[in-house]
Amino acid sequence: MPKRRWTGITFWLVIVFLYLPILVLIVMSFNSSDSPYSLSGLSMRWYGELLNNEAVIEGLSNTLIVAVGATAASTVLGTLLAIGLHRHTRSKLLEATALSPAIMPDIVLAIGLLTLFSLIAIPLGLHAVLLAHIVFGTAFVAAVVKARMGQIDNSLEEASLDLGAGQVSTLFRVTIPTLAPGILAGALLAFTLSLDEFVIAFFTNGPSSPTLPIVIYSMVRFGVTPEINALASILVVVSFATVLLAQRLTRLTDAV
Amino acid sequence: MTNTEHLLEIEGVSRSFGSLRALDDVNLTIRRNEFFALLGPSGCGKTTLLRILAGFDYPDAGAITLSGQDLLGIRPNRRPVNLMFQSYALFPHMSVEKNVAYGLEREGVPKGEVRDRVHEVLTTVGLLDRAPQRPHQLSGGQRQRVALARAIVKRPLLLLLDEPLSALDKQVRGEMQLELKRLQHEFGITFVVVTHDQEEAMSMADRIAVMNEGRIEQVATPVDLYRRPASSFVGQFIGTGNFFHGSRTEGGVEVPGVGELPGTGQCEVGKAAQLLVRPESIKVVSEGAILKGTVVDSHFYGGASILVVRVPGLAEPVFISRPGSEDIARHGSLGLSWDAAHGFVLET
Repeated sequence: MPKRRWTGITFWLVIVFLYLPILVLIVMSFNSSDSPYSLSGLSMRWYGELLNNEAVIEGLSNTLIVAVGATAASTVLGTLLAIGLHRHTRSKLLEATALSPAIMPDIVLAIGLLTLFSLIAIPLGLHAVLLAHIVFGTAFVAAVVKARMGQIDNSLEEASLDLGAGQVSTLFRVTIPTLAPGILAGALLAFTLSLDEFVIAFFTNGPSSPTLPIVIYSMVRFGVTPEINALASILVVVSFATVLLAQRLTRLTDAV
Repeated sequence: MTNTEHLLEIEGVSRSFGSLRALDDVNLTIRRNEFFALLGPSGCGKTTLLRILAGFDYPDAGAITLSGQDLLGIRPNRRPVNLMFQSYALFPHMSVEKNVAYGLEREGVPKGEVRDRVHEVLTTVGLLDRAPQRPHQLSGGQRQRVALARAIVKRPLLLLLDEPLSALDKQVRGEMQLELKRLQHEFGITFVVVTHDQEEAMSMADRIAVMNEGRIEQVATPVDLYRRPASSFVGQFIGTGNFFHGSRTEGGVEVPGVGELPGTGQCEVGKAAQLLVRPESIKVVSEGAILKGTVVDSHFYGGASILVVRVPGLAEPVFISRPGSEDIARHGSLGLSWDAAHGFVLET
């Protein structure tokens, strides 16, 4: 069995490589000392301080506005995009074009959006970030929903028409309910991506309404404080919970 | 033109996909309360015709009337036609009851009536106790009954069934064949079944249209298709048979190597022809044999045996069917004969 043991060791090495920084971060967030680099005792002190930090709270509310708005819009647009792609085209090029904002480097999208916004004189600010997040969110939702569509029997919609339902009725009673797990998973993905998106927000945001990642960035510029660790730990937990939820929902799909 | 006996009239319907002619000038009349089958190999156009009747595809040319009314002018969701899909296409997020009620609810039937009709039809297919369950909790046969109930509850003038038994295993298939016939009688709805399985079509249908390459080769009752095939395609597709290739003579077909074999048919004298003789029409005789050969193999099928007879001069062996177990020794010499009326001369 030596072979089996080696794969086991490799697995654990990878896990350590991936999660050790995060583990350190979480442990240090409970540090009672002022130094972010030495552990002297455990406390919830920094979580308390976080709640009293106005910049963080404002950043969080800006981020939530963008994340919720972008998720809502990109879920609707992405779902419609996936249905349209599935029904009306076999063109791989068109599909790649529609889904590419999801894999395009953030910096490319950021510069492009910034240039576009200046060109057509849209003032920078939270609404610009929102629009920008809808762009890549839509692509992600479309990709996830489209994958779900591939598993669904195409004749379901025809069956609905055959039984006397109209196009709109079929969309709401058959198409969307059968796609629901994919739509939800896509929405959660768009939400987590928007939540910690930095590059695009940095380029397209105005100075008056920073999102949370930008607030963190400006705090870190003067050195890492344990407060940052606490904030980052909360973000890790929220993202992880969202991913678990998304997995759960996609697994439900297989049962149906 | 309008005939109350005739429910569905298909006239000159053609449909092409690019260079492929899926339907080529199809003419067909289906009678009221008939159990009709469209039979043919895959790619023969039967599914295209079914989709045109359901309203998911439109012909390039031709007309279709249902009960004297132009069918092609009606949108699929307004046609008094329902389709039972090959995959059943049950809505996975709805209970059995909701699935069956779906069509009635879309029609705007009052709630109480919907419930009564759904319960009635679920009782008929024997699934009332499954009403609250989801499709994935049911067996294949039960899913099919739900699909059937869902289509039938709308009381369509015409029910289309796409390969209704193909997804079932052999045992359930036999049961469902009988069940489909029973339900068809009970509801008095005209059924049009699409299938590639000749046994399925033969056992259920009142009449069968055999299709090949977008054309209808023959429309007849199962017995007539078997006894009087109109083309060599039908002869080969329906049942088993012995085919002898040669040229048409007055009394049958002149086959190189064995001489003239008796048969009757429409084919002109002198033309290339083939003679079809069913295995059960061939008798074993001691005198007056048409062909002589030796038994090289035999298969026993319970009710009957098939003997494989090698005839000198013929490349292919001749198959004959004998009732009961084989009573002729292998390697024994045998004389074969048949009535001219049982030999079908077909154009090649």
